[in-house]
Amino acid sequence: MSDAIYVPAGPVELETRDLSVHYGEVPAVQGVSIKIPDRRVVAFIGPSGCGKSTLLRCFNRMNDLIPGARVLGEAIFQGSNLYGPGVDPVDVRRRIGMVFQKPNPFPKSIYDNVAFGPRINGYRGSMDELVERSLRRAALWDEVKDRMDASALALSGGQQQRLCIARALAVEPEVLLMDEPASALDPIATQKIEDLIYQLKQDYTVVIVTHNMQQAARVSDFTAFLYMGDLVEYGPTQGLFTNPKEDRTEAYITGRFG
Amino acid sequence: MTGGPPAGPDPRPRLVRPERNLRARHRRERTVGGILLGFSVVSIFTTLGIVAVLLWDSLAFFAEVSPLAFLTGTRWTPMFEPRSYGVLPLLTGSLLIAAGAALVALPLGLAAAIYMSEYAADRVRRTLKPILEILAGVPTVVYGYFALTFVTPILQKVWPGTSIFNGASAAIVMGIMIIPMVSSLSEDAMAAVPRALREGAYALGATKFEVATRTVVPAALSGIVASFILAISRALGETMIVTIAAGATPALTLNPFTSIQTMTAYMAQTAQGEAAQGSIEYKTIFAVGLTLFAITLLMNIVSGAVLRRFREVYE
Amino acid sequence: MSEVNPTDTTAAQAPPPAASGVAPAFHTPRPDGAPVPAAAADAAHPARQRAPGQFRPRLRYRARLGSVFAVICLLATLVGVVVLAVLLVDILRDGASRVNGRFLSGIPSRLTERAGVAPALAGSAWILALTALVGFPLGVGTALWLEEYAPDNRFRRFVETNISNLAGVPSIVYGILGLAVFVRALSLGRSVLSAALTLTLLVLPVIIIAAQEAIKAVPNSIRLGAYALGATRWEAIRHQVLPLALPGILTGTILAISRAVGEAAPVIMVGALGFIAFVPNSPGDAYTVIPFQIYSWVSRPQAEWKELAAAASLVLLALLLTMNAAAIYLRNRFSRRY
Repeated sequence: MSDAIYVPAGPVELETRDLSVHYGEVPAVQGVSIKIPDRRVVAFIGPSGCGKSTLLRCFNRMNDLIPGARVLGEAIFQGSNLYGPGVDPVDVRRRIGMVFQKPNPFPKSIYDNVAFGPRINGYRGSMDELVERSLRRAALWDEVKDRMDASALALSGGQQQRLCIARALAVEPEVLLMDEPASALDPIATQKIEDLIYQLKQDYTVVIVTHNMQQAARVSDFTAFLYMGDLVEYGPTQGLFTNPKEDRTEAYITGRFG
Repeated sequence: MTGGPPAGPDPRPRLVRPERNLRARHRRERTVGGILLGFSVVSIFTTLGIVAVLLWDSLAFFAEVSPLAFLTGTRWTPMFEPRSYGVLPLLTGSLLIAAGAALVALPLGLAAAIYMSEYAADRVRRTLKPILEILAGVPTVVYGYFALTFVTPILQKVWPGTSIFNGASAAIVMGIMIIPMVSSLSEDAMAAVPRALREGAYALGATKFEVATRTVVPAALSGIVASFILAISRALGETMIVTIAAGATPALTLNPFTSIQTMTAYMAQTAQGEAAQGSIEYKTIFAVGLTLFAITLLMNIVSGAVLRRFREVYE
Repeated sequence: MSEVNPTDTTAAQAPPPAASGVAPAFHTPRPDGAPVPAAAADAAHPARQRAPGQFRPRLRYRARLGSVFAVICLLATLVGVVVLAVLLVDILRDGASRVNGRFLSGIPSRLTERAGVAPALAGSAWILALTALVGFPLGVGTALWLEEYAPDNRFRRFVETNISNLAGVPSIVYGILGLAVFVRALSLGRSVLSAALTLTLLVLPVIIIAAQEAIKAVPNSIRLGAYALGATRWEAIRHQVLPLALPGILTGTILAISRAVGEAAPVIMVGALGFIAFVPNSPGDAYTVIPFQIYSWVSRPQAEWKELAAAASLVLLALLLTMNAAAIYLRNRFSRRY
């Protein structure tokens, strides 16, 4: 099966080695070894319940928050095991940011939403500048620059999601994890998010979970197909969609299941 | 067998004359509905009764004593000369003790709520929460006993000069009594904050402390404030602890270590006294009662409005 | 999309240039001591150029702050538990010696050795019975009307708001109401009936709200099943909804009545007497109740009376404990999973 799993040639930012996740007795991710290349977009696809979100959440130790979740194996970030002894999840989460499926802005002002992360992490520079920079990077600045004190909840769904992206970028992460970031949005907002991802990959490594195969094809450089907790196939997106190596991959992308 | 319908009466069992049965059942239905509606109206009559009773004798009282003198007067001596009917001493007595109780209950209750909502393991919460609820179930007379016989002697050692009847002892014990009110409602408010909000904060590199204090508590603030208001209202309306432990001396003072009389204690103590029905001393009970009722009703309504606004955001 | 450069296989595994000077990824070094791969050490990487020094996460400080805070909150929670324990121990210490057969069967007396709580116990028993008798039908009836009959209009919301306001009215105000309506206007006098009716009004909102919850918990499918068989609304309630809601209703009622039994303020207002030398025989009799007896005794200066008050408190707590235990037992025994 290993020829269906691509090994990136360039620098590797994130990597897992035989990673498994169990919720109590139920295995969600089984023995996944994958290398995420630096400053590329990797998409995780697969049917519901295949473990793609769980795998994503391993990278910023969000599975720690679920009682009964056990992680075996290694997840390596820039050469160090994220689950090694003495690693502080708080530190991990600042450097590996996450955007969730349903936008979850805090019930605060737009400014305070973006400033929250930097404040907690002891940012010493100019907060105004950082907030503006983050909002620009998230392609939201022009729409909100005149109402920075307005409640974030007053924004539309697409704007809220871009705000969440700005918020994640404000703590200057090195990796951005996105869990179905556009699935709760309308097509126009989705397009904006996809354009944004294309911009972001110049500066960040992006891993995105999506159930929308067309989105994966549009947006990602590499795609990983997961099924029932296993990594079935992983490789350059073009290749995987036009010429899948595994039968299960072909069955999924041609819509025979999932 | 061919042919027409069988001769003779229809042997199949008949439905028991449906029209008559149905009418009787519907009649019964209407009667029951009427009875139940009648029961429900009792609650309306209760409120009307309370308002009517309080207003009736209070109006008679205010015919003799001007409301302004009542609300702004600083001496309360309805029983002996020179008579004075200023309710401020009673009002400050109630407020002082309620403030003291709040000082105990609000921080402790909120901290307990944060612990049980954000930190405690499920099993721990399931054990601690009912134990705290027991605090709310202890009869207030027993708390009064405890305040007078246990807390006051301790206070007298710590603060020499504390009199046997003092406001502080009552305030402390009352505060303990209303902790579950604050902690339960605050915890409900925090539990209603969606998980997604917490996850968003964790994902930015926040510690559990920061998530609890900078995300959850601010988001649950209206619910928490509603619990505070409700708890203070309860403290204002409480009778037995203050009657037993706080004293019978109306005093316009901020010193909790002396004997203070609250509105509720005044009403309870006077009702057992010798005031003749129809006398003005008797009517003071109703005037004070009206004041107390108005204040607590207002606070409860505000608390309900704050809680509703909180629920709107999250449901 | 990206290119795959087959000749560039060495970069991922090569040791970094020694002069990188960039700190390892986390606060712990790699266990095998190997140097950090190229990506992290590449100082020209945009991630590293994005002002890395401007964050001071102060992880250890924040973690320590969090632990201290957690301990403070735990202590705060335990304060209530500890005070409760202290209270119980204190009452036991003060009063346990006086709880004996004579105490439970005797009547109050000027002599502390002979004083007993029998009349107060009997009075409380009367209150319990009468409050249950009047409160249960009124409370359940109201709840049924609100949940099953009332259309969702302004009147119903008004009734519900009214009930929740009543729940917050101080108990002494109920005492004033009882004094004016039951004792005076209805001429029931200072009887145990007046007290029971007053206390019923006091706890009625509690019964109603508890019963409402229990009735709401019955799944609608059961009602619909009954209607589909041709039952009228009352028949569906009586035969299907009420039996299922009954455990919850009973639990709530018992808790409400236990609250009524523990109240003293309204009882003071409607005229309980501190010195009753007989057990009340009828609802019209003069009476006293345990909470009032406690109040009456604790108000006397001598230490012996205080001990009696403690003893009576123990009796009251035992009574309430029994009632609450019964309520919890009921709830656990009969609550079915739908």
